Amino acid sequence: MIFRHIDEPGYTNDLACYQRHGGYGILRKAVTMAPQAIIDEVRKSGLRGRGGAGFPCGVKWGLVDRKSGKPIYLIVNADESEPGTFKDRYIIHQDPHQLLEGTMISCFANNVKQAYIYIRGEFPHGARILERAIAEARAANLCGPNILGTGYSCEIYIHRGAGAYICGEETGLIESLEGKRAYPRIKPPYFPAVLGLYQCPTIVNNVETLCHVKHIVDMGGEAFSKIGTPNNTGTRLLCVSGHVQRPGYYEFEVGKITLGELLNEVCGGPLPGRKFKAVIPGGSSAKVLKFGETFTLKNKDGSTRTLTVEDIPMDFDTMAACGTMGGSGGVIVMDDSVNMVEALANINAFYAHESCGQCTPCREGSLWMKKITTRMVHDEARAEDGTLVKSVADQIAGRTICAFGEACSWPTQSFVAKFGEEFKEYAALKNSKSADALPIV
Amino acid sequence: MNLKPETLRAIDEVITHYPVKRSAVLPLLHLIQEDVGFISGDAIEWVATKLELEPINVYEVVTFYPMLRQKPIGRRHIKVCRTLSCALMGGYKTCETLEQEFGTHRGEISPDGEVTIEFVECLASCGTAPVVMIDDDLHENVDVAKAKELARRIKAEAAGRAKPAASSE
Ligand SMILES: Cc1cc2nc3c(=O)[nH]c(=O)nc-3n(C[C@H](O)[C@H](O)[C@H](O)COP(=O)(O)O)c2cc1C
Ligand code: SF4
Ligand code: FES
Repeated sequence: MIFRHIDEPGYTNDLACYQRHGGYGILRKAVTMAPQAIIDEVRKSGLRGRGGAGFPCGVKWGLVDRKSGKPIYLIVNADESEPGTFKDRYIIHQDPHQLLEGTMISCFANNVKQAYIYIRGEFPHGARILERAIAEARAANLCGPNILGTGYSCEIYIHRGAGAYICGEETGLIESLEGKRAYPRIKPPYFPAVLGLYQCPTIVNNVETLCHVKHIVDMGGEAFSKIGTPNNTGTRLLCVSGHVQRPGYYEFEVGKITLGELLNEVCGGPLPGRKFKAVIPGGSSAKVLKFGETFTLKNKDGSTRTLTVEDIPMDFDTMAACGTMGGSGGVIVMDDSVNMVEALANINAFYAHESCGQCTPCREGSLWMKKITTRMVHDEARAEDGTLVKSVADQIAGRTICAFGEACSWPTQSFVAKFGEEFKEYAALKNSKSADALPIV
Repeated sequence: MNLKPETLRAIDEVITHYPVKRSAVLPLLHLIQEDVGFISGDAIEWVATKLELEPINVYEVVTFYPMLRQKPIGRRHIKVCRTLSCALMGGYKTCETLEQEFGTHRGEISPDGEVTIEFVECLASCGTAPVVMIDDDLHENVDVAKAKELARRIKAEAAGRAKPAASSE
């Protein structure tokens, strides 16, 4: 659906090409509808946010404070910085008008007069492509003043980030857009739907989520809700990276494909002579899955079923029931050439670098987790280090302002819980390692 | 501050995008860095005056965001992704190769002033790992051989510039 034209030969990212393919037809339809009717369709569709948390989009829109008399803002979260995630990049570069159409429909539905696209600083071409797309759309009266002669006006501007991961967190993003350090805000009271940008009600949605809105208005919420699986509706963009034959981005109905099918059939299986060892299914913050482990889940009727890692459907709910998350759709695969201590040391370096530093448990904890795992790799490794690093992680999650606290502790907690032996034996293994083994920290 | 006329025009335009001037801090810093190469103390004062802020309000932004820098860098900026998917596919080797090619270390300007190489975190192109950004351009699947090829191209361009321009435009 979303990727219908992406990578299609001859499909270009300009307005003329988009309109040749029916572009902005759905915005034309939307502006003839009552705004509340659009919100109702989105609610009926069951669409869940694609930025990481999987929060139902219709419910989020329903929470917006419409009585305050203040303007309502909409922010497109195009920060795409969760490691392993690279889907929004292709939408922005190859089909920017699809994003603009979805955004304008969402603005119309929520009576938003001013929208911002917050795009990560490392997408300079993406920002220029979007600037041009906005100029084209404005010239064609598809955004800006008096859109399509309806009397409804909405401006949309690009705002570039500058290399900080925490700008992806919605309240950090809002602070950043206000011209400050991206320090996430305390919720409550700072729920964006009530006190967001400039203390006004604000909607923050991921790029992919807003593209789905367009398709929901096209086919109707009811029809959209039949795609995918119950409570996990629509399609989802999955990004596969690491040790598979065919890494890349793919679009599937949510939950209609299992992790095993994705990795073995779609992505061609492991590299020659290797075996899958572990997979992080939803961006680097998601808890790792170990090939060979099984999960016993309750069915609705009270009976149980047992799943292997390969059996887990790519959805939100089963992933959560298996102790991890669908998250941002970034699937990172590691094969038997990888040592888990080293992989964790790589991840911990990321989180130590990206903590915004406001909360002591997160700022100090992420740093110590990095220090311990880096010491293991580059200096001395002790048998008790796994327990030690996990004890640090256990003191972060749940004690911080934003979900980065969980994001940085889940990798350590799950790596040590599932691969504890490797942490114990790392000292011995390190000495036997060949000199040309690939360094990953 | 000696900014190009087009930078000044872009600055005045971008300030109109926000109901609150302070929001324009990051856009202004981006524009100045693109024009001058880095953010000087003078630039911080200038932005503060322009947006009716205290210099500390600008300074705290400059020191928070990794892409903003307070010192000049080499002519080309090479960013090598360090994060897991790239590392699994050899990103560390890619970075070492580039360091060797230019006889420099991460974070420093190479002796010929041509490049500054840096490790950065995930560039959101993990499916084509390892990836490298050279200035604004992304390069995908940069293994050791491709890293050498990129280095060769940069050096060739540098050599071309160094020659006295026979037919200058
Ligand atoms: C540490 C952290 C980083 C995040 N990074 C991103 C990101 O890069 N892109 C994104 O869309 N959402 C990101 N999110 C999720 C946002 O906070 C927010 O939930 C999302 O943009 C809402 O959009 P959705 O409902 O459409 O998913 C991040 C959250 C956290 C806690
Ligand atoms: S949890 Fe970490 S990233 Fe989030 S606000 Fe606290 S210090 Fe900042
Ligand atoms: S890990 Fe290198 S681009 Fe994502």
